[in-house]
Amino acid sequence: MNWTGFDTWIVVIGALCAAACALPGCFLVLRKMSMMGDAISHAVLPGLAIAFLVTGTRASVAMFLGAAVAGVLTALFTQWITRFGNVDRGAAMGIVFTTLFAIGLLLIRQAADHVDLDPGCVLYGAIELTPLDLVSLGGLPIPRAALVNGTVLLLNLGIIALLYKELKLSSFDPDLADTLGYPSQFLHYLLMTMVAVTTVAAFESVGSIIVIAMLIVPPATALLLTHDLLKMLLIAVGAAVLSALGGHLGALVVPGWFGFESTTTSGMIALAAGLVFTLAWLFSPKEGVLTRRFREKVGDPGSLPDTNTA
Amino acid sequence: MPDLREILEVLLLQNYNTRLVVLSTTLLGIAAGLVGSFLLLRKRSLMGDALSHATLPGVAIAFAVMVALGGSGKSLPGLLLGATLSGIAGVATMLLIRHTTRLRDDVAMGFVLSVFFGVGVASLRMVQSMPGASAAGLESFIYGKTASMVSSDFLLISLVAGLSSLACLLFLKEFLLLCFDDGFAAAQGWPTLFLDVLLLGLVTAVTVIGLQSVGLILVIAFLITPPTAARFWTQRLIPMLLIAALIGGISGWLGASLSALTPQLPAGAVIVIVAALLFVLSMIFAPARGVIPRWIHQSRLRRKVDRQHLLRAAYEILEVQAGSAPVVNEPFPLALLLTKRSWTPRQLRRILKTARREDHLEPAAPDKILLSESGFGEASRATRNHRLWETYLIQYADIAPSHVDRDADMVEHILGAKLVRQLEAYLSDHDLALPVPPSPHSLEPSANP
Repeated sequence: MNWTGFDTWIVVIGALCAAACALPGCFLVLRKMSMMGDAISHAVLPGLAIAFLVTGTRASVAMFLGAAVAGVLTALFTQWITRFGNVDRGAAMGIVFTTLFAIGLLLIRQAADHVDLDPGCVLYGAIELTPLDLVSLGGLPIPRAALVNGTVLLLNLGIIALLYKELKLSSFDPDLADTLGYPSQFLHYLLMTMVAVTTVAAFESVGSIIVIAMLIVPPATALLLTHDLLKMLLIAVGAAVLSALGGHLGALVVPGWFGFESTTTSGMIALAAGLVFTLAWLFSPKEGVLTRRFREKVGDPGSLPDTNTA
Repeated sequence: MPDLREILEVLLLQNYNTRLVVLSTTLLGIAAGLVGSFLLLRKRSLMGDALSHATLPGVAIAFAVMVALGGSGKSLPGLLLGATLSGIAGVATMLLIRHTTRLRDDVAMGFVLSVFFGVGVASLRMVQSMPGASAAGLESFIYGKTASMVSSDFLLISLVAGLSSLACLLFLKEFLLLCFDDGFAAAQGWPTLFLDVLLLGLVTAVTVIGLQSVGLILVIAFLITPPTAARFWTQRLIPMLLIAALIGGISGWLGASLSALTPQLPAGAVIVIVAALLFVLSMIFAPARGVIPRWIHQSRLRRKVDRQHLLRAAYEILEVQAGSAPVVNEPFPLALLLTKRSWTPRQLRRILKTARREDHLEPAAPDKILLSESGFGEASRATRNHRLWETYLIQYADIAPSHVDRDADMVEHILGAKLVRQLEAYLSDHDLALPVPPSPHSLEPSANP
């Protein structure tokens, strides 16, 4: 293996993006809306396509706007179908995002002759190429993807710090939040907008498959390890960063084992996140499958005989 | 632009090139509609989403294995076998997470979806660099590629679709029980776990054959959209299954035909959009649960409730005015009505306007209200029903007389004639006679007219 500065940047960008996703992801998981991340990340496609067709460039601002609008529309349509049609929320979500995705595919295919927007690029991204696209920040050349994802991370961090109490209450007890007069509708759409914007920031650089994985898997990992929201946020970010590092290492090493040349870092980051989750699943101190099995066998660890005095 | 003859040729399966494609997506739509209905009723629609993503690693690994064994790696049955196996692994992971942690369904689905898909993308990229074989077509499993179908693929797809539909019909009663009351099914000794696994197996089968034609993201729509649309048309399971199969079939047939006629439209996307349009139409207009029929029904009920409230309030005012004498129809002040219920003056004006249109009120002095003949009769009938119900509640439901008014109010509007007769029978020891004077002449048919 040959580690270069290039690889360091890839890990940094992956970690920034993963952490940016893990933060809103915690609230999605707590609100039983994990699949919303998946839905939104597919449904932003028409927003991106329209923004691209209108402006003709892949300029970030229009793309952000288009995708954020598409993301909020997904949440809105899902809500409408659920409420006015009396439909199960999962089904409503499935209908909305598959339809939007299909519209996006059509738009892209229509414009395929004069557009280099590839749906594959949306899904896998090209994190390996991000360190090539440099911008200058205060005279220092840093990859644009690092800047974008770093900004989104700070934004998400800021919103959560600012509205921590409100988000916490409306996630755990929406009815109480409503009766106390908190704007829970607004918080819902704010969260959806955060997810949409985060998705787009990641789409360009690292691919939406990381987003879906990072919105769900690190928060789920954290949920197995703690019952405290603040700790959950911290652990989720930690697990996300670990997955980014492990994912890139895996992308460099694993193909060699099977005699292949290379693979995508995006997919491997999702796999690494899955492995981190599996560790927590098996060995979580309180709820791990193996820890519990062990405790059942030898009894409560507190009542173990003290081996030193024996 | 294709002309009319071409359009008809494609739609009626006369065109050799498109016949297989159109027919297979139609069959797929029918099978998906049937299987998806049970998934929807079990509130697991997104299971299809997780499952379809989970098939991707299987496709890549099956390709690698087939190439390593010296094959071309592109044989559809082999790829679909791989997809099935990894789909099953995905379902097993989901069930494991659900049963061994306190994480909920949605997290388990999201986990399987993202991690399996990530692994799929990573292994797809790995096998693409395999020497001696081109894996270029594999990505079409993500977006679907209908045009490249040969007749052996078609046979496989129609066989699987037919078997899945047949299984749905064979296990109709068991699935019905599982969807509507799984606790009862388990208590009755039905093997619910086996039935659940069977259902997910059918979902896997439909998903896997859908990969080839519409792709793994859009096959989700096939499983979710037609059943959800069918749910608006009926409250019964068997009609719902038939309608879902019909909507799925129509989407597959129309979508594939449209895409065959205009080559730049990808089939998967067109099929999904056709299904979505059918869904929107169903959601708005379908008679059983559509938005507009339900709205009409609700406003009709609201008008009826308003009318009965008004008339009963009027009758009770007249009763108080009459004291112990029999109630007679005479004008009374409008202000009294306002105190009877929590109407705002505006609401009351609207209700009075409707009542005037329905001939329940007669013109009277400005601040007065006068019931018409039919209004008075209707008012005494509404009041009588209310009192019957109140008496019944006091006697048989042990509700205190001071609280009974509200409880009766919630039910009296939907009392039918049959129910009223039943109440009268229950309460036969009370004095319930309607105050109608005896007829002054004989009611027997006279012998000489």
